[in-house]
Amino acid sequence: MFQVRIHGRGGQGVVTGAEMLSIAAFLEGRHAQAFPSFGSERTGAPVVAFCRIADKEIRLREPVMQPDALIIQDATLLAQIDVFSGLETEGYVILNTHRSFEEMGLGELARRFRPERLVTIPATELALKHVGRNAPNVPMLGAFAAASGLISLESVASAIRQKFSGKVADGNIAAATEAYNAVKAAREVAHAQAV
Amino acid sequence: MLKQCEGSHAVAEAVALARPEVICAYPISPQTHIVEGLGEMVKAGEIQDCEYINVESEFAAMSVAIGSSATGARTYTATASQGLLFMVEAVYNASGLGLPIVMTVANRALGAPINIWNDHSDSMSQRDCGWIQLFAENNQEAADLHIQAFKIAEELSLPVMVCMDGFILTHAYERVDMPTQEQVDAFLPPYVPRQVLDPRDPVSIGAMVGPEAYTEVRYLAHAKQMQALELIPKVSREFKEIFGRDSGGLVRPYLLEDADTVVIALGSVLGTIKDTIDEMRADGISIGVLGINSFRPFPVSAIRRALSHAKRIVVLEKSFAVGIGGIVATDVRMAMDGLDQRIYTVVAGLGGRNITRASLHRVLRMAMHDQLEGLHFMDLEWNIVNRELDRERQTRRSGPIAENILRDLGQTKSNVG
Repeated sequence: MFQVRIHGRGGQGVVTGAEMLSIAAFLEGRHAQAFPSFGSERTGAPVVAFCRIADKEIRLREPVMQPDALIIQDATLLAQIDVFSGLETEGYVILNTHRSFEEMGLGELARRFRPERLVTIPATELALKHVGRNAPNVPMLGAFAAASGLISLESVASAIRQKFSGKVADGNIAAATEAYNAVKAAREVAHAQAV
Repeated sequence: MLKQCEGSHAVAEAVALARPEVICAYPISPQTHIVEGLGEMVKAGEIQDCEYINVESEFAAMSVAIGSSATGARTYTATASQGLLFMVEAVYNASGLGLPIVMTVANRALGAPINIWNDHSDSMSQRDCGWIQLFAENNQEAADLHIQAFKIAEELSLPVMVCMDGFILTHAYERVDMPTQEQVDAFLPPYVPRQVLDPRDPVSIGAMVGPEAYTEVRYLAHAKQMQALELIPKVSREFKEIFGRDSGGLVRPYLLEDADTVVIALGSVLGTIKDTIDEMRADGISIGVLGINSFRPFPVSAIRRALSHAKRIVVLEKSFAVGIGGIVATDVRMAMDGLDQRIYTVVAGLGGRNITRASLHRVLRMAMHDQLEGLHFMDLEWNIVNRELDRERQTRRSGPIAENILRDLGQTKSNVG
């Protein structure tokens, strides 16, 4: 079972992001479960949502305490709560920023994890560019798909179409695609340098 | 058709497939998405010959449901928590009059202190209201139980409450196999009422009954619930014939055959318990779980049969009766009367407190070694409790408890959560 925890703030589509991730996994024939941490649905308040993906029925209902992947939609949360709590050493981190982990003061922490699984992506900028509002959830999913290979960009796009329609869907798909391609490109550069 | 959707959405679709004629509801978290969904479907004309009535309160919701059901209309409503309490007088009337209303209770804690999160206090407060109470383990079952509920209700002329865990199920996205309209139509015949308010053939419903017959009317309410003990498994079997899956029934055993320790629970926590039990089984521990799907009627014989070999029983419940302890456990004790078994009550998940595998492992291992007290509050923070008790010993005007505790925790009402 693969467990994802999404951190963000009310209004950034954290819960919708988890739901779309579950839809994308479902479309690939997996079992998936998405649920929010309830009660804090206020604009700007810290919000957490979860998604589990597995090849058999998911019965577990506890919150995700040891995530295999963290999607952090708002970097200002780093100073406020321990978003990295319980992250597996093999885990993925997708962080919404245009800076690097080192520049974010997370160099120490980053060395505990596999560097190729730590990804930064300017998701807010991509959302503003393509959707016109601060909804970083979808580009974060695009970046997660590229980094983890767990779901395809096509499934993310289909999940977006189930949630949104028209221009909003088109914008979100464009944002997810740009995020996906950016992460793929960065990984190829890193790979080339490593070789 | 398989789809990935929110629990509330699955329930709204299932209710729509049952072809309701009147839906009347007042929104309250965590039930809201269900009735919003149904409201949208009625407005879009997706549910034929159905009226959605916006009411001004839960008391009105149940009163309208009583009125519409009495005219022979298939009637649905939904509520939770304080909303259920607010409609209580009418809830008892619906069952007393024998009106087959189906109501979802999106289980939520009761105030005070006000709390929007999940536990079973709301449904359990109505355990003696005369309604059938079915509990769903996951969203597939929540959807399925609503379709079964109409059939059970209408066959017996008795209202049915489908209880599903608020937020944990209502707001969770998971895989649901949505039935087709043809399947539901084959399973659920049109409603033929035993009694109906019809101007062409007038009757009155709701007579005052004095000492001469009140006992008999009440006994018949009990007799109907006993009939439900036969009907619920039958409907579950009929459901399986058409839809091809197990849903509903009275109880649901899991790894029970050789289990020395058996956990009993209701609702969505059964999933987490099953995962915990798989891990304990891998460690060679003899343990199983019995899910109770039908809490009212309480399946005394089925439970006694399923548990006769167990050495000890742990009843894990998301509510409790203040001043005595477990509610489900008390009923289980009655079912196991005369057998030599230890029965423990574990109160867990109150007001949305997470029930984790880690805590279940700890508590179940204590029970296995008979080191658990008879009534155990899982993950209770004793230092918080003792601090308040100390304060009350030291000061007469110790102040409101909830506010005191939140202050101790360094939280104010505005930033809880």
